[in-house]
Amino acid sequence: MRGVGAVGGFLAGRVDRGGFLAQRAGVAGAAVLAVAALIALLAPLLIPADALDVTRVTDGAWQPPGPGHWLGTDHTGRSVALLMAQGTGTSLFVGLTAAVLAVGIGTLVGILSGHFGGLLAGALLRVTDFFLVLPALVLAIALSTVLPRGLGTIILAIGLTSWPSTARMVRAQTLTIEARPFVERARALGGGHTHVIGRHVLPSVVPLVLVNATLAVASAIVAESTLAFLGLGDPTRISWGAMLHQAQLHGAVPQRAWWFLLPPGLAIVVVVLAFTLVGRALEAVVTPKR
Amino acid sequence: MRLAGRFGGAALSLVMVAVLGFFLFRVVPGDPVVSMTRGRPTTAAMQAELRAQFGLDRPLPEQFWNYFTSLLQGDLGTSFTFRRPVADVILERLGPTLLLVGTATLIAVGLGLWLGVRAAWRRDSGFDRVTTGVSLTLWAVPTFWLGMLLMMVTGDLFPSRGMRDTDTAPDFVSQALDVGHHLVLPSVTLVAVVCAEYMLVMRSSLLEEMHAPYLTTARAKGLRDDVVRRRHAVPNAVLPAITLVFLRFGLVVAGAITTETVFSWPGLGLLFYDALTGPDYLLLQGLLVVTAGAVVVMNLLADLLHGVLDPRVKVV
Repeated sequence: MRGVGAVGGFLAGRVDRGGFLAQRAGVAGAAVLAVAALIALLAPLLIPADALDVTRVTDGAWQPPGPGHWLGTDHTGRSVALLMAQGTGTSLFVGLTAAVLAVGIGTLVGILSGHFGGLLAGALLRVTDFFLVLPALVLAIALSTVLPRGLGTIILAIGLTSWPSTARMVRAQTLTIEARPFVERARALGGGHTHVIGRHVLPSVVPLVLVNATLAVASAIVAESTLAFLGLGDPTRISWGAMLHQAQLHGAVPQRAWWFLLPPGLAIVVVVLAFTLVGRALEAVVTPKR
Repeated sequence: MRLAGRFGGAALSLVMVAVLGFFLFRVVPGDPVVSMTRGRPTTAAMQAELRAQFGLDRPLPEQFWNYFTSLLQGDLGTSFTFRRPVADVILERLGPTLLLVGTATLIAVGLGLWLGVRAAWRRDSGFDRVTTGVSLTLWAVPTFWLGMLLMMVTGDLFPSRGMRDTDTAPDFVSQALDVGHHLVLPSVTLVAVVCAEYMLVMRSSLLEEMHAPYLTTARAKGLRDDVVRRRHAVPNAVLPAITLVFLRFGLVVAGAITTETVFSWPGLGLLFYDALTGPDYLLLQGLLVVTAGAVVVMNLLADLLHGVLDPRVKVV
């Protein structure tokens, strides 16, 4: 896994303006995400509860794709296609909320350390750099091990470990903006911290933050799948990572049950790639041409 | 002055790693003994004994002092599951991880940088589009899934569990061949994911240099295109890329955890998995401190190396 939050960094500040092609890829990514969101919203409404109840399924275990279960069945006889649809919501939800948490912390720390100089900025910068180099997955594993298992823990574990790259970027942007004459003018006219941050710094930081958030979702989804694969997920919920955990646990590889291994992984790749493409396209749009 | 600052910063980071380890495993869980024995029948007496054994019945500052002083002496406590000193268990698993991570990193750095240079130099060419597309896709692939997939696709071609067979002849050559055979799938998995990121980093680093005036000068001197690339552009672009490779060492660590778990490679990553399924807090804490410490040291090395390789850094 890309060290949970280690994404955005290399894209930030080194914009690769792919031009029209990148924009088209971004649109394709957005379309994929729209479909995924639709599936996530409809799945809980359309799938009858007993279809995914291990005690009530009628199909045999490890059935290859065929009529009635067109993506085959898992080790308990549940339809892989239904599991996939049901898991979409969990993976997207965790990805989005963890990204919002990470980017929120990152933005706050970034603005604070950029706006206020002195000891506070020094300390915040020190902490940011410290967490930036630490392997985020290791920290996320530690956090999810010591906290009780659940969706909240996963979100917390990913969010609390993947904010530093955002913080760095927002700080750099804050410093750039605050060096501009109009901010100096605002200060001279008596604008306080709230005014400068709220009216000048924040609006200039928002586009960057949006790009970063999109990329953070991509990395958070991979992170969720990794934690779930290691058995640290919410045991009561179906997610793509949790399905792969089951696949590993119950020997899908030696069983050659490709239908249980391929779909969850492919779904993760497609959705993560879609978020990455949208992020890159957004980045090309919001970054002013040099 | 700069050197002293770097060493001081690294030392401070190491102390922060130690504090983090303490905080995560003794403060966050509330009562570590309760979560440690979760799911196992335990009596109050047993819990009290465990608490005394781990020193958890003492006030926090005293606990921290004991923890920190023994850490300085290389004592990471005793593993709950292995019933042996954590430091010994970790040392024992270091070799296989170094072998896997070392092999994979060398290949990934070489391949990634080479691909990145090619792609950036012929920007928007077919080669660039394909390698960038493949890299972005690989970046989205969960490492563990790629490993499982490779295992399924290759079938019986390569061994998929452990590091060596028990029935291999004890002489060096057959042992080395056996380990090499076992090494193929895990290192391919790790290389694929890590290499993608290195390629993207190298590509954007070289793209930054592409319009630098010194390249125009070099061309104006009548140098051939690949001489301009090899002698002028790449040496300048490779420095930030190399630094990023070191900075992203955490990525390799993360990859090693899942790869080793999938392939039962008997290294630190698998030990991580064992520790978290336990859960074996002291072992996990030891692993966290050791890997995070290693990452801090790697960063210091990257800094020093950068200073040696790039004379411009000294000026700043």
